[in-house]
Amino acid sequence: MTETSKEPIVQIRGLGKSFGDLRVLDGIDLDIHRGTVVSIIGPSGSGKTTLLRCINLLETYDEGSLKVDGVEVGYQVSGNGARRPRGDRELAGIRADIGMVFQMFNLFPHLTAAENVMLGLRKVRRKSRDEARAIAEDWLAVVGLTDKLDSLPLQLSGGQQQRVGIARAVAMDPKLLLLDEITSALDPELVGEVLAVVRKLADEGMTMIVVTHEMAFAREISDAVLFIDGGRIQVAGPPREVLVDPTHERLKGFLSRLNPEHNWENAQ
Amino acid sequence: MDYGFNFTFIWRHFDRLGYGLILSLELAAVSILIGMVIGLAFALLQDGGGRGARWSVAAYVEIIRNVPLLLLVYLVFYGIPNIGGFSYSATTSFIVTLALYSGAYLVEVFRAGLDAVPRGLIDAGKAIGLNAFQRMLYVRLPTMFRIILPSLSNTFISLFKDTSIASVIAVPELAYGAQWINFNSFRIVEVYSVVAPMYLVTGYVILWLLQRLEKRFVVRR
Amino acid sequence: MELALNSLPFLWDGLMTTLQVSFLVVVLALAAGVVLGVGVTYGTAVVYWPIRLYSDFMRGIPILVLMFFVYYGFPVIGLNLDSFWAAVVAMAAFKTAHVIEIVRGAVQSIAIGQTDAGKAIGLTFVQRLVYVIFPQAARRFLPPWINAVTEAVKGTSLISLIGVVDLMLAVQKVIGRTYEPMPLYIMGAIIYFLINYNLSSLSRMLERRFSYIRE
Repeated sequence: MTETSKEPIVQIRGLGKSFGDLRVLDGIDLDIHRGTVVSIIGPSGSGKTTLLRCINLLETYDEGSLKVDGVEVGYQVSGNGARRPRGDRELAGIRADIGMVFQMFNLFPHLTAAENVMLGLRKVRRKSRDEARAIAEDWLAVVGLTDKLDSLPLQLSGGQQQRVGIARAVAMDPKLLLLDEITSALDPELVGEVLAVVRKLADEGMTMIVVTHEMAFAREISDAVLFIDGGRIQVAGPPREVLVDPTHERLKGFLSRLNPEHNWENAQ
Repeated sequence: MDYGFNFTFIWRHFDRLGYGLILSLELAAVSILIGMVIGLAFALLQDGGGRGARWSVAAYVEIIRNVPLLLLVYLVFYGIPNIGGFSYSATTSFIVTLALYSGAYLVEVFRAGLDAVPRGLIDAGKAIGLNAFQRMLYVRLPTMFRIILPSLSNTFISLFKDTSIASVIAVPELAYGAQWINFNSFRIVEVYSVVAPMYLVTGYVILWLLQRLEKRFVVRR
Repeated sequence: MELALNSLPFLWDGLMTTLQVSFLVVVLALAAGVVLGVGVTYGTAVVYWPIRLYSDFMRGIPILVLMFFVYYGFPVIGLNLDSFWAAVVAMAAFKTAHVIEIVRGAVQSIAIGQTDAGKAIGLTFVQRLVYVIFPQAARRFLPPWINAVTEAVKGTSLISLIGVVDLMLAVQKVIGRTYEPMPLYIMGAIIYFLINYNLSSLSRMLERRFSYIRE
């Protein structure tokens, strides 16, 4: 485990990406510090999910620099300054230290909950079967699923599946956790149990980048909130500024569409 | 590789290939039409018939699908006349064989097609007072045909390629023409470099034509 | 019918040849087909197009034509194969194309999210294939593949046309001596039927065992 440094764990400079004519990300500059929780909000198509997926290179970026723990994720710079895209092995190594939890859970349907968590431990972290099982059991206990260790995903509710997804990501001991709208596909009554787990992780100092629509939750756990629209960071600041007392016009419009009854003029 | 390519023999006898191709298409077309009659009849029998009927149809299908076409061709051409005491031409016997062969595969296609007719349409038919026979005639069959059109076109193309087996009983289709030219000139590379594209291109043309037909008829689910 | 039963010993060698050729063809086509199928699904244009063209070509011509070309044509261009190996090469090359398509269909049906999840926990491309994709694709791969195996077994009957003494040719030889075609054709049909019917039953059984994976 690298010693904790003062350098931001994620450093993004001038990040840009286009899909044909569409400018999905435009000039993103961002620092994320260790041990902090940053929430990203914005309308659909704003680029927030794309930005998140660039961090572990599930999406590539066209311009700019994105470094995780000092390492450029998308390419390697050779001696003479030329950029070379990273090979499969290198990417796998980088991704192993970044955890991701998905909106659609993406659990491996042919594996039990424990096996889902163990796969990365055994094949990437090279743990023995017993070690991996022990770690999996620990993390599944943390997310409250000790009695579902040997259940298949199809036997689990949405909330339970997502908690397995979180355990799977966190068991890898990542430096950073990416959460991509993890409650959007859940029935409302199941959202709470998942957010409780995330809260626990935040309290224990996990660095997290959270794309979400759950404004109350974002306000509660975030150290900073970013509002992204049209591929750019429009507003950035502490939750109070962004979510409670916004001044930015588009942001106010977005928030009121999300929550029509709330009067964003008189902040709580 | 010093092999002088020489296509003259092939061009001189191209009629064997050209007419062979046409015969192959005719064989496939006649066989699929008869096969469709068989397939539809048996599919309806399975749909509405009793246990005996269902079992016999299943037996027919399983036997034909698990035995090589070549064996069936020989059996029908050499075997049956031998015990029946009559004889028929190679072409006729091949058509009989290929029709029975395609019928077995088409039973499955028709059955799946009938099953795929949306319940809602059948209910609508009931709701406007059509009886079972009318529902079959006016609702289920027309819808089924639109659903299975892609499968039918694939089957036809498959049968077209299977007509090459007819060459073993000297039916003068495309593959037989190719072999004749080969045996009489030993220009093996040339003849197959003409015949292979003939099969390929014909297959694509058929596919394209049938896809255009589909666009006009296929059910969008 | 006694005649047919008496002829069984004479058919035995032919049957063995049929099974040998079938086995070789199936194994070769499976190995090549899986590798090329993965290549055509994940590869860049340089990899995709040659495989795609190969697959379309092989599936567009009759196996008979290919077989004759390999048997008569290869010696002309310098490759001398005896009829047994010409048959194996032709049929394996032919079947590979079908396996490629089956693999392509099975792998493409796996949701993209599975690949994402595999990447996210740091699995390499090969690890993702082996631990995430293939176990799920197997269910969609096996039934059509076993079907392809029965097609291969039936297809081996064509090797009789280039002189390989398989079950089909053995049947014909016995008929040549006894002048009673029907009982022997029926005997041959029964043997082919038994082989292939058992293979398809196996397929149905496997389909049921894999049904626990939710769509």
